[in-house]
Amino acid sequence: MSIMEHNGGSVIAMAGKDCVAIASDLRLGAGAMTVALNFEKIFPVTDRIFMGLTGLATDITTLRERFRYLVNMFTIKESRPIEPSTFAHLVSSTLYSRRFGPYFTEPVLAGLERTASGGFKPYIAGTDLIGCLNYAEDFIVAGTASDKLFGVAESLWEPDLGPEDLFETISQTLLNAVDRDAYSGWGAIVYIITPEKVITRTLKGRMD
Amino acid sequence: MNSLVSKFSTTDAESEIRRAKGIAEEEDLSGAMWGSQAGFGQLVHGHAFNIPPVPDPTAFLRLHTDDHADPKCKIKIQHGTTTLAFRFQGGVIVAVDSRATAGSYIASGTVKKVIEINPYLLGTMAGGAADCQYWETYLGIQCRLHELRNRERISVAAASKYLSNLVYSYKGMGLSMGTMICGWDKTGPTIFYVDSDGSRLKGDLFSVGSGSTFAYGVLDQGYRWDLTDEEAQELGRRSIYAAGHRDAFSGNTCNLYHVKEDGWRFIGNYDITKMHYDGPGAVPGAPGGGYGYDVRTDNRFSVLSKPVSA
Repeated sequence: MSIMEHNGGSVIAMAGKDCVAIASDLRLGAGAMTVALNFEKIFPVTDRIFMGLTGLATDITTLRERFRYLVNMFTIKESRPIEPSTFAHLVSSTLYSRRFGPYFTEPVLAGLERTASGGFKPYIAGTDLIGCLNYAEDFIVAGTASDKLFGVAESLWEPDLGPEDLFETISQTLLNAVDRDAYSGWGAIVYIITPEKVITRTLKGRMD
Repeated sequence: MNSLVSKFSTTDAESEIRRAKGIAEEEDLSGAMWGSQAGFGQLVHGHAFNIPPVPDPTAFLRLHTDDHADPKCKIKIQHGTTTLAFRFQGGVIVAVDSRATAGSYIASGTVKKVIEINPYLLGTMAGGAADCQYWETYLGIQCRLHELRNRERISVAAASKYLSNLVYSYKGMGLSMGTMICGWDKTGPTIFYVDSDGSRLKGDLFSVGSGSTFAYGVLDQGYRWDLTDEEAQELGRRSIYAAGHRDAFSGNTCNLYHVKEDGWRFIGNYDITKMHYDGPGAVPGAPGGGYGYDVRTDNRFSVLSKPVSA
């Protein structure tokens, strides 16, 4: 079996109108066996950036700490919070530095980017396990249910959704996709990022 | 050893091929494929299946269909399942899940994994769905013929041995089944475990499939001979829930059957997620409340906040 599927798990990010959402399941598995139902895969990077990591659990934990260190160093040296697009390149180059012995994770980023006029613009991106950046205007998916997530998101997503509509869309997309994936599910967590606040909700999902 | 056995055997599938080689090959689409013979006509009339026209069909099939030998083989067979059956004072309990997977894709959540062979016999399905369905239906025909010929119902021992000998004759050709033949005969409630390797075991308690270890955990802990009917049904349900919860390849719903002196009875279909959050509903034997660990501990085990219904 593939090392990318050993622990299971999926993440999805969606862009809305002046807001972004990122959501993941909560399963941690060891092959077919489910060992935990509270394994979070999405981490805050700044007040306006969240990062989801899918793939091998040990690398998820390692990379979370590594990016925390790198972002702290950036913040100290630059005396300003890192922007989503800058962080995306930091992720990309960090992963490519392990080109010949990669971390087995596929990150998904969701954040709000400062515009020249002082407003905020939704920013979502993903990379493969060696750091190939992929931007999107609509949604980014990763993990063992990625193909199913693509299918559902492709039919549910629409442009310019407000925070509550975006929450409904991303929740239904995730919940219905993971119900067709053996390695994802067992509960879910959703983050909605708006310029004013971040809304966190834990979802009730199928438990098999 | 197997090749040696089949070389001198006159009843197995390969000898059928040896016999057929003398006769001109033809696509068998005779009337026996349809109608009252229900697709079994070719077997009733002593014809065999189409077999790869190569010098050693067994080796060829093992190479291409048996994924124990080669996980990359082309022909994949459905494997994830949890099935269980146990014998107790009040008869036999049979409980199964209903998930079918193709790789990591959940292809169906409404599979019937209990095969109703006749009003007194049940078979369970693990391994190849088509193999189990076809051969256990075929077993049903043979059991009926036995009744007509001998004016008495076939014993579970005889029925299971018929199936066991039949699958053994196809050994090495890629059949995949792990089944429990359950029923009530002259000797009382009986369970036989039969698989495509040729094993046939009599016992009080079996569980088969990828989730069987999880089911055994609950089953062994709660099993007693003098369980009441309600307690036994609850134990079957609770064991399938445990497997559905922990095993990625089992789940969706639980189908529960109870075999008594007057034949089997379908007890119910239970959603596994519903059992996790709310329990199986108002059924006798259920403790009330959900089975889920997070539900029973009121989420105190988790750093996460209480979930909201989406």
